[in-house]
Amino acid sequence: MTRHSLLTPRGWLVFLAAGFVLIVLLPAANRLAAPGGWLYLPDYLVPLIGKYCCYAMLALAMDLIWGYAGILSLGQGAFFALGGYCMGMYLMRQIGDRGVYKNPVLPDFMVFLNWKELPWYWQGFDMFWFAALMVVLVPAALAFVLGWLAFRSRVTGVYLSIITQAMTFALMLAFFRNNMGFGGNNGLTDFKDLLGLQVQSPTTRVGLLIASAVGLGLSFLLCRWIVGSKLGRVCRALRDAESRVRFLGYSPTGAKLFVFVVAAMISGIAGALYVPQVGIINPGEFSPANSIEIAIWVAVGGRGTLVGAILGAFIVNAAKTWLTGAAPEVWLFFLGALFIVVTLLLPRGVLGVMRDWQTRRAASRATAVAAKPVEAT
Amino acid sequence: MSRLKAIAAALLLLLSAVAVPAYAQTFEDWVRKLAADDFGDKLEAAEKLGDLGDGRAVPALKALSDGALYVRKSDGAALIQDGSRYFDAASGKGLGELPAADVDKVRVNNRLRGVISASLSKLSLFSADRATRLAAAKQAFANPTPQTAAALDRALRSEKAPEVLAAIRFSLAAAQVTAGEVADRVKAIESLAGTADPQVRNLLAAVLDTRDAPSEVRQAAQAALTSIERRLAMVGILENVFQGISLGSVLLLAAVGLAITFGVMGVINMAHGEMIMLGAYTAYSVQLVCRALLPADLVGYYLVLSLPIAFLVSGAVGVLLERGVIRYLYGRPLETMLATWGISLVLQQAVRSIFDAQNKEVANPEWMTGGFDLMGGFFVAWNRLYIIIFCFLMLGIIALVLRRTSFGLHMRAVTQNRDMAAAMGIPTARVDALTFGLGSGLAGMAGVALSQIGNVSPNLGQIYIVDSFLVVVFGGVGNLVGTLVASLSLGLINKILEPFAGAVLGKVAVLVFIILFIQWRPRGLFALKGRFVEQ
Repeated sequence: MTRHSLLTPRGWLVFLAAGFVLIVLLPAANRLAAPGGWLYLPDYLVPLIGKYCCYAMLALAMDLIWGYAGILSLGQGAFFALGGYCMGMYLMRQIGDRGVYKNPVLPDFMVFLNWKELPWYWQGFDMFWFAALMVVLVPAALAFVLGWLAFRSRVTGVYLSIITQAMTFALMLAFFRNNMGFGGNNGLTDFKDLLGLQVQSPTTRVGLLIASAVGLGLSFLLCRWIVGSKLGRVCRALRDAESRVRFLGYSPTGAKLFVFVVAAMISGIAGALYVPQVGIINPGEFSPANSIEIAIWVAVGGRGTLVGAILGAFIVNAAKTWLTGAAPEVWLFFLGALFIVVTLLLPRGVLGVMRDWQTRRAASRATAVAAKPVEAT
Repeated sequence: MSRLKAIAAALLLLLSAVAVPAYAQTFEDWVRKLAADDFGDKLEAAEKLGDLGDGRAVPALKALSDGALYVRKSDGAALIQDGSRYFDAASGKGLGELPAADVDKVRVNNRLRGVISASLSKLSLFSADRATRLAAAKQAFANPTPQTAAALDRALRSEKAPEVLAAIRFSLAAAQVTAGEVADRVKAIESLAGTADPQVRNLLAAVLDTRDAPSEVRQAAQAALTSIERRLAMVGILENVFQGISLGSVLLLAAVGLAITFGVMGVINMAHGEMIMLGAYTAYSVQLVCRALLPADLVGYYLVLSLPIAFLVSGAVGVLLERGVIRYLYGRPLETMLATWGISLVLQQAVRSIFDAQNKEVANPEWMTGGFDLMGGFFVAWNRLYIIIFCFLMLGIIALVLRRTSFGLHMRAVTQNRDMAAAMGIPTARVDALTFGLGSGLAGMAGVALSQIGNVSPNLGQIYIVDSFLVVVFGGVGNLVGTLVASLSLGLINKILEPFAGAVLGKVAVLVFIILFIQWRPRGLFALKGRFVEQ
């Protein structure tokens, strides 16, 4: 068994092709093709695809813990939002004195609240490296504390789901408060610069799309590496029969905690890439409904496959973009039906259906091949 | 004859002009004086009319204040103008239309208006309407002057209605606190010490603040203030406890169905909140139908009617869900959560499409509106009280079903050990369907109750769902006592934290507390004991 190869040769081919499309073709179609031409990628699609890439990263993280370790976190959106808030804080500090109140240090909402100086937890966010570090560390720290407490006391299954849901709900309530110092209801918005580049400019947007695609690709390889490792196999065993793994002498706590924290980090980075592309982060991102939606992306694509998670995130979100524009009242019916149909009829997702179809075709070809000589004789 | 009258009037006028005002002047004279030219006279008349305590003065004073009081040039009589007609201000006799040249408008200024309103409020103490008297007696509290005290004293002698009497005594004591003999003041303060009214506290604090108050008065005020503070603190605690129990009973209503289904089937029904919502919309619909069909005096009972209907509607939807979706997902609790979440989205959107997204108002029937003042400032709202009673009633019925019926026996058996129960011949599939129906039906009834304390909207279920999950997780499954203890303690903790931390932070603290609690007891407060291994 090739334990060290991350992907099959064909897999690498597909991976690189997809990367080429996202990183080279799409940006080129936006920047180089003539506007209006059939090759041209309109400006509004660039951040949209970038957004999908971030969602796909989030879905990857979800698949890593749910598909491989059996942890259905209904609070994965919280890590995403925390990463987003860290990035948002950096972007707020970059506004400088170009805000409505022209205060060189305080963001507008703090001036509005009559605050005189920056709270301690906003210190350092004017430096990109610090913000980037926090994007990873804050979600990781929360995941570590929550995961350590939960896994140590063997909180599993629906209990864990409810606990994570309560966590994101609590964070949502907390972030809605103005006194928290994160902009309350309105969140953080009106960003101007990112690393000295204008956030709104088409070039930056293309750059962000490329960054998201790279982030997605790297996360995929990382997840792929984890699930292929010995730890990944322990996780899968935990998913299928936790008690048995325990009886065999493995401690589930460390393995689960590791993937949980890694998933939180990936979610945080996804959130950080997401915020400059949509231009706002607000407490609504913490809402439990958002987190549950991530699970359906993974389920639609096919869980425990990683590729499926990416596929699912793209499919469901493209459908969402289209449906909420074309027939907004139908969207919730569609999403609800998706939850029901996928869990009832497609437990292995789109990818599972495709694989079934492939094996069936291969089997029928095999029987055909086997049948031919019989006919010949 | 008319000449005689005129002479008599002239004589009277003469008399009134020379007589000593305090004893000879009658009600009619003071009314006439209201229309005098001199503002000093008018002021005196307005004040005296208030002190006289004769309710007949009210229209004249009101008219003067509104600029509708006129004086007849020929004899100086005060007239009230109403449209184009005039009335005699003293007797109220109609005089018909008068030529504009015969009358003059009586001028009024702000000082006069102030005196008039004080007099009017004193006069309301003698109004024929009991509610007006009560309001006036309560209002007099805010204006503790010797004049008020005199008026209150007079009112005290003529008053019959007990609650008005109490209010008068109360306000009288307040008026006596600020001025008068030291002994009287101390007595008044002591009589006030037995209340728990924040207004009294302010009054006494004001007494303490006045520098020239005698030391006996100050001491009495200090003692009374301490006892009032203590009582107010107690009322505050009681209020918090009541609100906590009220919140807890709401949580219990919302969570009990969830706890039952989770206990029996091991699945979390994410659409449970929507069952509550369906119940609330059932109440709304029943209300509409009742308003259209029932006579007005019976409409108030629509709520009683909607309880069983909501149970049937939500219960039927629950059984449908179990038969149509959930039974195919047994053994996969996480997938069940996702599927039921999908159902909840569909139900929300369906209700939004049928009833639109606006909040719907389910009116409180008359017997549920308002409340009563249990003790100074501790107000108990009827709808809250009824919900607490209803909640415990429902809990009792569920306990009876669980303990005394064969269905309950089957449910408990399946909760303890599904395989063993099946082996003993219990039809587990039917138990599941009925349990789900029961849990959903209970949620529907909870929805009817919740429609009485808040708006009914498609998102109603979402408000309660996270909380009810936490109740179930906190209390442990398959145990009504656990659900009861969990919801009441969560409600209490929430309300007790609220004054210190604010509503939102208090809630966040409760959530964090439960997250930590689960580490300590992963299966809740009252975990089911048994010899089984997970999975």
